[in-house]
Amino acid sequence: MSERPRSQDLTRRRALVAGAAVTATAGLGVQAVTAFAAGQPSSTGTSGHDHGGPESFDEVYLGRRIQGRPALGGHHHGFGYGVFIDGVELHVMRNADGSWISVVSHYEPVPSPLAVARAAVVQLQGAALVPFS
Amino acid sequence: MTVRKNQANLTAEEKRRLVAAFVALKRDGRYDAFVTTHNSFIMGDTDTGERTGHRSPSFLPWHRRFLIEFEQALQSVDSSVALPYWDWTTDRSPRSSLWAPDFLGGTGRSLDGRVMDGPFAAATGNWQITVRVDNRTYLRRELGNGGRELPTRAEVDSVLAMSTYDMAPWNSASDGFRNHLEGWRGVNLHNRVHVWVGGQMATGVSPNDPVFWMHHAYIDRLWAQWQRLHPRSGYLPLRGTPNVVDLDEPMKPWNDVRPADLLDHRTYYTFDTD
Repeated sequence: MSERPRSQDLTRRRALVAGAAVTATAGLGVQAVTAFAAGQPSSTGTSGHDHGGPESFDEVYLGRRIQGRPALGGHHHGFGYGVFIDGVELHVMRNADGSWISVVSHYEPVPSPLAVARAAVVQLQGAALVPFS
Repeated sequence: MTVRKNQANLTAEEKRRLVAAFVALKRDGRYDAFVTTHNSFIMGDTDTGERTGHRSPSFLPWHRRFLIEFEQALQSVDSSVALPYWDWTTDRSPRSSLWAPDFLGGTGRSLDGRVMDGPFAAATGNWQITVRVDNRTYLRRELGNGGRELPTRAEVDSVLAMSTYDMAPWNSASDGFRNHLEGWRGVNLHNRVHVWVGGQMATGVSPNDPVFWMHHAYIDRLWAQWQRLHPRSGYLPLRGTPNVVDLDEPMKPWNDVRPADLLDHRTYYTFDTD
């Protein structure tokens, strides 16, 4: 039950789009990382909110921009970590065993925030997230 | 007295009246209030903080109370209806009568997961998804998506055999009956069924799919079966547990009911097998 088998149709579509996404990401790479670094609040300085937490990420997956980064304040149940799809925050949560879920895929834990963002993109099938309150 | 029956044994007339009551609650806005409540607990319950509806000992009494409230709403529309339960160890195929057009309708189409038949299909105009986490307003399903299997009777029995109700740390990492039934550990019963149905059932707004209530009515019945198998085991923890609902503590959002008040389902309803 660890891997998520999909219908053959979706697998083919995903392979095609994933190919395109890899190309796009390669081109975007430097620019995306720079943009992300510039977006970091510099005032956090030595507050050290990264207690061995998950790595930040920023990539295009199946045509959607997915980002993960330490987040400050607010209602983040990802233990100070925020995940975004096309700029809209995805409600995520870390389980006691270190696995992750999101409001889009709530009953099936995956190993990391990157995996939870990718699972959400598959579930969304192109739909936009509604910002949660 | 309310009698909860196996959905497989409902008559055509019972199905028709139940569906009509669902649609009436949807139309007057009461249905969506239940979806909102569920999602706010899903998002608020955390393993290291306050936890009430999920990933905690009160998962079972919380859902029992939630279903009673929903069933009372249905009965305010039609006093003859009761919540049926879906025994997914027996009715384990997308071809089961549960998913026929005269009841819940079937799986979604492959293009976008949209349910195309039955009373809850978007095209009927009776079932718009308004409490949602993305912009899709139609009911979706992916029954058995990716070749997944529903739990078997043997897997259910292995969980019913666990004699301790729940254990510290009283969350998704716990050993014991509650967490194995909920599915965060072990063979995975409740969580896996949500994933098998797919669509909104796999999300925090899972009550958007009417099958939510029939799935939880069966989980609730498994709790009653567990109690009969282990008459000397009771709800835990008993007292003084931070962030967790002890036996005699009131539960949100009702604040006037404790797990202790909900241990005996026969106060509220019986099962066809009782």
